[in-house]
Amino acid sequence: MLYKVLLNTSLIIFSLGLFYKIFSWLGCNPRLKTTESSWTIRLQAGFTGIVKTVFSKKLFTLLKIFITDIIFQIRTLKEDPWRWFMHILIYWGFMLLVMLHALDQLITQKLFSDYVPTLNPYLFLRDFFAAMVMAGLVLAVFRRFIHKPLRLKSNRMDYYAIIIVALIIVSGVCLEGLKISSYREFQNMEKEYAALDDEKDIRALESLWVKDYGLASANITGPFDNAVIEQGHELNEENCASCHASNKWAFAGYGIATLIKPAALHMERVGAVTMLFFLHIISVFLGLAYLPFSKMFHVIATPFSLLTNAVMEPGKSNPINVKTRQMMELDACTHCGTCNQYCSAMMVYEARGNVCILPSEKMTFLKAMVNGKSLNQTQRGAILEGVYLCTNCDRCTVVCPAGINLKQLWLNVREDLLQQGDTQPIMFSPLSLVRSLHRQELPPEDYQKPLTATGQALAGDFKILTEPSKIFSLPTNTVPNQDTTLLDHNFIACFGCQTCTTSCPVVKNYENPEAELGLLPHQIMYCLASGLTEIALGSRMLWVCLTCYQCQENCPQQVEITDIFYELKNQAVQNLVDADTLKTMKNELTK
Amino acid sequence: MNKYAFFLGCNIPARVSQYETASRMVLNRLGVELVDIRQFNCCGYPLRNSDSRAYLLSAVRNLALAEEQNLDILVLCQCCFGSLKKAAQLMAQGGSIQDEVHNFLASENLKYQGNVKIKHLLTVLNHDVGIDTIRQQLSSTFKDLKIAVQYGCHGLRPSPVTQFDDPFNPSIFDELVMVTGAQSVDWPLKLECCGAPALGIDDDLSNSLAGKKILDGKKAGAQYLCTVCPYCHLQFDTVQAMMLEQENLKEPLPAILYPQLLGLGMGIDGDLLGLDQNQLEIGDIRNFLGKE
Repeated sequence: MLYKVLLNTSLIIFSLGLFYKIFSWLGCNPRLKTTESSWTIRLQAGFTGIVKTVFSKKLFTLLKIFITDIIFQIRTLKEDPWRWFMHILIYWGFMLLVMLHALDQLITQKLFSDYVPTLNPYLFLRDFFAAMVMAGLVLAVFRRFIHKPLRLKSNRMDYYAIIIVALIIVSGVCLEGLKISSYREFQNMEKEYAALDDEKDIRALESLWVKDYGLASANITGPFDNAVIEQGHELNEENCASCHASNKWAFAGYGIATLIKPAALHMERVGAVTMLFFLHIISVFLGLAYLPFSKMFHVIATPFSLLTNAVMEPGKSNPINVKTRQMMELDACTHCGTCNQYCSAMMVYEARGNVCILPSEKMTFLKAMVNGKSLNQTQRGAILEGVYLCTNCDRCTVVCPAGINLKQLWLNVREDLLQQGDTQPIMFSPLSLVRSLHRQELPPEDYQKPLTATGQALAGDFKILTEPSKIFSLPTNTVPNQDTTLLDHNFIACFGCQTCTTSCPVVKNYENPEAELGLLPHQIMYCLASGLTEIALGSRMLWVCLTCYQCQENCPQQVEITDIFYELKNQAVQNLVDADTLKTMKNELTK
Repeated sequence: MNKYAFFLGCNIPARVSQYETASRMVLNRLGVELVDIRQFNCCGYPLRNSDSRAYLLSAVRNLALAEEQNLDILVLCQCCFGSLKKAAQLMAQGGSIQDEVHNFLASENLKYQGNVKIKHLLTVLNHDVGIDTIRQQLSSTFKDLKIAVQYGCHGLRPSPVTQFDDPFNPSIFDELVMVTGAQSVDWPLKLECCGAPALGIDDDLSNSLAGKKILDGKKAGAQYLCTVCPYCHLQFDTVQAMMLEQENLKEPLPAILYPQLLGLGMGIDGDLLGLDQNQLEIGDIRNFLGKE
């Protein structure tokens, strides 16, 4: 009765969770703003897409991916054989246990008419699969806590996943061990199947089970008389062996039974078998109910992600379905950290400490965002910096074992945040190249808006310098700023020949360069020499500098003009994102 | 036997993969062995505007990884090349940021001692392999083909750092084009920037600079531009295609990557060189090939 209540409750929670997830894939999450089309339209589009795919040649692609990437997980094998081994142990072990043991009446019995759980191979296989899972879990714990590959991050979800699976397996094996050693179990079975009348016969059978099958008996402890054991064997053959193989085949449970033998009788008296039974089923039901909300949901989402990714084509597939798939991909991430190992921007993370630069952590925060966690300005800034400090090298997408199209996700999130009015000084760097290559996907005004806003934040619209009436006062202390390393760049050697400006292709590009650029290269040098660093920082010239090094190469005084520009830009960015913000950003995110 | 750590950077695998495939084919023919180091990360170039620490750390880790295997680095991208060269120079100078970099590398069991040479594809082909070896590998040469070579800024300049070629009168690339039988035209804007660094920051400026170079190359009689940097190539291929589409430009001057050009001369199939992966049609360049 209790069993049924628990089972049904967990099934209901699981189903509700599953629906909730599917609805959020369809953009139905009320906290999301990205829904242009209603969920019914998206469901319809998704359904049409699936039907069309299944009834086409693509079905073979799906089958192939199912075998290679889902059953055998070749993508993981290619990246990291050890992690593959670990995951295969857990995945195969657990899936086989679900089929052979948990759903035995639905699956095993239907497939094998001679199925008896206490007979081989089932008796052995159950423990073998459990041992696989345990071995995999040991490797997982080793990987996350002891070996700790560089830039692998672990969070609560990773711990929960390991704990729940471990609880299910350990409680199951212990339950089996207790049942093997249980005298009451033995008595019940003897009565039901052997039904021996003779006291002597029962003793003989019992002796054999104590000696060889792990039973703990109050009456018999050994040493054993050979003749009695011989008789026990005969009786066992006659009455038991046809549906119960030796418990030694259930090696894990048998091991536990041997270990607890001295305390077995006491444990039986306090009802340990029932307790463990409930612990086992509660952990299973807990895992089931929690599945849609935990990392374990990847057992459903990841195969979907792999399959859809294999058949969907950029530009060809229905854009509605692309959106749906992107939502699904958030759930497909298993936080395995493969992306971080190969992320081209990994050293930027090390230098800046913003965890959002690492792909796996970007994912975690995106998930939080989508699930309605409200983020403050600093956190949003951290995510935008994270998605912008990406070189779009696509490596994360190439190596992701879950086949998530991360590159597209980054581009979309980046644009979404930019369109919400966040500014990002890194926009003024070669990292904007890819945004430009995709500019036709955006309305021109949307494309330009964040650039203008960022320019404004960096240098106050660069206007200050283009007003001829403006008078600047020279600083009283004309010694250049000692804090910076600009002095190393010997701009002091500049004698004002303006070769830098005449050799600059950007200057040459404009009829009236001063109006367009604020300060020309030689004027920036003059500013520095006069201690007017602030004014130099407000020049648009700095940000459209191509870093082609023509000025520096041509300078007769070997002033390192382009490198000075780099330093000025660094300073301007630092002024905008000062060290304190960076520190709070780091602290808040690691909370 | 020439053996190098092959540094691809970020743009090539994602957007100009034909540069990689063509280079591998050609270098293989010339007996150059390439070692892939998957742990390589961004060269640091895109970070120079905003964070010099992140830049230096990124660049030097790559150098340390190559040094670990006692290999020199072969770079395909001029911007990666310049960035790594500059980092090597900064590390030689020493300083507090440099100490930080050393300490960080030590935490990852890496070490950089300055023993690794950074070479661009052109340097390897012209100096290490040699024009004569290349000539021996050619199965046919181009006739009446006029090429405008696009050196790329960050290889040439700043010359004290890059030590690549004469910054005002370079010849390394022209020689490599000429060995294929093609003519390397003189064009006034030869050494100017392609405009790619301004992409995404000021597209009008970027397009204008690219447009000027394209017109200048055509005026000098070139039929094709030849590129050796993914930034230049994106600019003269992908972006040029966009400019043509938007009618910012009337006639194209398509760009071919140098290893594609050389590969055709070696008789390698155009498909294997990824000719059709270019946005602008360049397959017709094969018509200039004359049998020896």
